[in-house]
Amino acid sequence: MKIVIMGCGRLGSRIAAEFDAEGHEVAVIDNDRGAFNWLPHEFRGQTVLGPGEDRSVQERAGVPEADIFMALANGDNRNAMAAQVAMRLHGIDRAVARIFDPERAEVYRELGIRVVNPTTVLGDLVREAAFGA
Amino acid sequence: MYIIIIGGGKVGSGAARDLLAAGHEVLVVEAEPATQLEINEELGEVALLGDGTEVRVQAEAGMNRADVVVAATGRDQANLAVCQVAKQRFNTPRVIARINDPRNEEIFGAVGVDVTVSATKAILSHIESELPSPGLIHLLEFGRSGLELVEVVLTDDALSVGRTVGELDLPPNTVLTLVVHPDDRPEVPGPDSRLEAGATVLAVTVAEHEAKLRSLLTGSG
Repeated sequence: MKIVIMGCGRLGSRIAAEFDAEGHEVAVIDNDRGAFNWLPHEFRGQTVLGPGEDRSVQERAGVPEADIFMALANGDNRNAMAAQVAMRLHGIDRAVARIFDPERAEVYRELGIRVVNPTTVLGDLVREAAFGA
Repeated sequence: MYIIIIGGGKVGSGAARDLLAAGHEVLVVEAEPATQLEINEELGEVALLGDGTEVRVQAEAGMNRADVVVAATGRDQANLAVCQVAKQRFNTPRVIARINDPRNEEIFGAVGVDVTVSATKAILSHIESELPSPGLIHLLEFGRSGLELVEVVLTDDALSVGRTVGELDLPPNTVLTLVVHPDDRPEVPGPDSRLEAGATVLAVTVAEHEAKLRSLLTGSG
């Protein structure tokens, strides 16, 4: 599958490397060139420098032909905008976005984005770590 | 009307000043304490401190009863978030967004933001209009209809000078709506209205016919 990932921090670079190793076609977008240093030496995918919510930057990364778009940068608003540019302007069905704010997460879920909310996920894990067996 | 403005910079606080003067109830949400303080000192207690993209802050601002929400921050991502949360969570009847980068205009339209205002675009078209060749100044775009309001000042050598509106072969979907004569007398032009050098013409047209309208009004022989 062709997968485009915006945000090449700890999470984005890790996921990108995994998908690449599994044989998927991967492109990573970040507006900080230094962020690509998070990628492992073996990474064979494409790196694209620029703001990932920009329509033309997404085009350069091949979003129109992609199966999945992932917005994993640090800002909720940026992630939501990038995911919707991929969906609404490039016709992507599966757009995943990391949204830290649980309330905005719910709003974007209603709008059709596949939202991952680290705050609630971590909350569950913290509870499990404290009270679990 | 109750109007909430997110972002209290030059655009947001300027809008607040005007809307207050027009008698509306206005609340500005500003994230920067110093800016919030400045607004309250100038305009009275109208600014709330907080991140206006947070649902909690929006609820505190009373967004559930707002008639209009204006997203006026310098960041397009934040403005989009404000508009979408306002619509989705608070059923705000009308949301207006400032667009900082004209390239982002498309996505705001695609997700259903009611009105967008692009200062950058307006400034660009004013710069264009100040360049040597006489051109059209874009004043306003009517939603997504494609129609736009433009302004043209007729120069001495313009071909349209001395002719009547009826003699002009106007392109389709184009209407001359107002002529301001050189003596500052406004007129809604009819077919017999004669165009004079120095007159300002306001016209409604579509982008594809803009060039033809321009050459018709300003072209020189």
